[in-house]
Amino acid sequence: MTHHAAGTEPRWEHFPHDADLGVRGTGRTLSEAFEQAALALAAAVVDPGAVHPSETTELRCEAPDAELLLVDWLNAIIFEMAARHRCFARFEVATDGKRLSGRAVGERFDPTRHEAGVEPKGATYTALRVSREADGAWVAQCVVDV
Amino acid sequence: MDLGLLTRESEHVWRIEPHGAMRVPGVLYGDERLIRALDEKVYEQVSNVAMLPGIVAASYAMPDAHWGYGFPIGGVAAFDADAGGVVSAGGVGFDISCGVRTLHTGLKLADVAPVREALADALFRDVPAGMGTTGTIRLTGDGMDAMLAGGARWAVENGYGTRADLERIEERGCMADALPSAVSAQAKKRQQDEIGTLGSGNHYLEIQRVAEIFDAATAAAFGLAVDDVVATIHCGSRGLGHQIGTEFLRSMAIAAPAHGIRLPDRELACAPLRSELGREYLGAMRAAINCALANRQVITELVRRTFARILPRARLDVLYDVSHNTCKLEEHRVDGAAKRLFVHRKGATRAFGPGHPALPEDLRPYGQPVLVGGSMGTASYVLAGTDAGERLSFSSACHGAGRAMSRHQALKTWRGRDVVAELARNGILIRSRSLRGVAEEAPAAYKDVGAVVDATHAAGLARKVARVEPLLCVKG
Repeated sequence: MTHHAAGTEPRWEHFPHDADLGVRGTGRTLSEAFEQAALALAAAVVDPGAVHPSETTELRCEAPDAELLLVDWLNAIIFEMAARHRCFARFEVATDGKRLSGRAVGERFDPTRHEAGVEPKGATYTALRVSREADGAWVAQCVVDV
Repeated sequence: MDLGLLTRESEHVWRIEPHGAMRVPGVLYGDERLIRALDEKVYEQVSNVAMLPGIVAASYAMPDAHWGYGFPIGGVAAFDADAGGVVSAGGVGFDISCGVRTLHTGLKLADVAPVREALADALFRDVPAGMGTTGTIRLTGDGMDAMLAGGARWAVENGYGTRADLERIEERGCMADALPSAVSAQAKKRQQDEIGTLGSGNHYLEIQRVAEIFDAATAAAFGLAVDDVVATIHCGSRGLGHQIGTEFLRSMAIAAPAHGIRLPDRELACAPLRSELGREYLGAMRAAINCALANRQVITELVRRTFARILPRARLDVLYDVSHNTCKLEEHRVDGAAKRLFVHRKGATRAFGPGHPALPEDLRPYGQPVLVGGSMGTASYVLAGTDAGERLSFSSACHGAGRAMSRHQALKTWRGRDVVAELARNGILIRSRSLRGVAEEAPAAYKDVGAVVDATHAAGLARKVARVEPLLCVKG
């Protein structure tokens, strides 16, 4: 991305949904928004500040459009959490909206050190949105079933 | 929800008249207070489901309905394959066959009260709960496929429980026509060490006492009397079901245009029942149902082993086992004719009426037990299916209290430690690895389960049999 939105610091947040949890990432680029959305997902499970960034997992996704790509990206992270018991401190993403190569940095979940929040089941297409706002910031969000 | 959007048919029945691309009306069950409290999104979701091809009669919402993804939670819809009907991965949900099993203990409150703390500690130690915990059974290759084909029957054959248990499980413990080959390697990997684990979120193992009986004859047939102690397990198909849901949601959303289906919401991703993708999903989903049945069967045996040490007189027979998130082929009468329909229940319980051939013989005269879980600190209910249920909702009833407040808001409102202390003051012991999870599941974050059950009863979807109250809860 060549046009950065001035003043939009990358950030993540959770937004409410009746039974589940909304994750939203905002950034100056699409890639940053995807990184932040992943951080919102990770933070629902374990506080990223409490995770040692001791190992890096490389993840690749490909989808017909940016929204499906976001869901694929979040689901790839959920798979690492569920099948390999990983929790994460940070993410790095490079994407053009159809292809994504990402790095998830974290460690093995350790119940003696990590206070577990929810266990995500899957990212959904509900409240799914990847878009550029009027102020130039990129937003990537969806509801995660927990 | 704005009541002006609805036509009130009777005290507990509300209609959404067909509008736009809706093929059938929407029907919501509940009293005025429950309906008024519904999110507008439920209106939208019930209406969207009514637009799907081949839907029969109506798109239904049970009294515990709330905003889901695609279908509302508490959504019921039946599809006719002959009329171009579909199966929807979003209509089943991620936690395929998540459900509730209740076991008698053969004990009274007075037997259990003196050892409550020891029992809570032992169950917490013996039944894996919470994130990152694993079971003792590791399944790969043929072993995994045998579990996916056999369900609770597989568990019994492998030393977890007895054949008598199977009689009291939907599908006699084994969902037919499961296709383990339609389940991806990733889904199987996610499950390899998760059999016999509760999971997290709203899943739990509770020891409860029967507090009140509403229907003496049915309660007697179900083996319930006041102050009986029962054990209830709430969990599902774990990582395997979640991964199947994830994968088929994606492939159905992408394939929808090729199937000539216009989706009002991507989350309603579906495929024709008579398509390769539809058949594959049905096979994989049935394998996930078996996974959930096997999981609850293995946990049952873990609970039995714990009781055998602490209360050796206990006999833990299965009262019944119900599944919530499923699509099942069933015969129903529509306009006087018998039809075979694919009934989606998402956060809803099957509730066959008296005489239904699928019920075990000893329960058949009374209707199917419908086990309705409450929140941690509140009551749970046992109901029974009715004759009217078939006409009202393809024999479906509510499944729980339903959330009234988001997890997000709950976390801002309560601290886990305070929730545990408050419940302890009310005589309910909580064991959990996650205080944060406890805060999210705080009882007040849920609707009043009593109101939901009363509305279910009054609408005729199922009838009240007994109310049970928690003594201790192992929280996922």
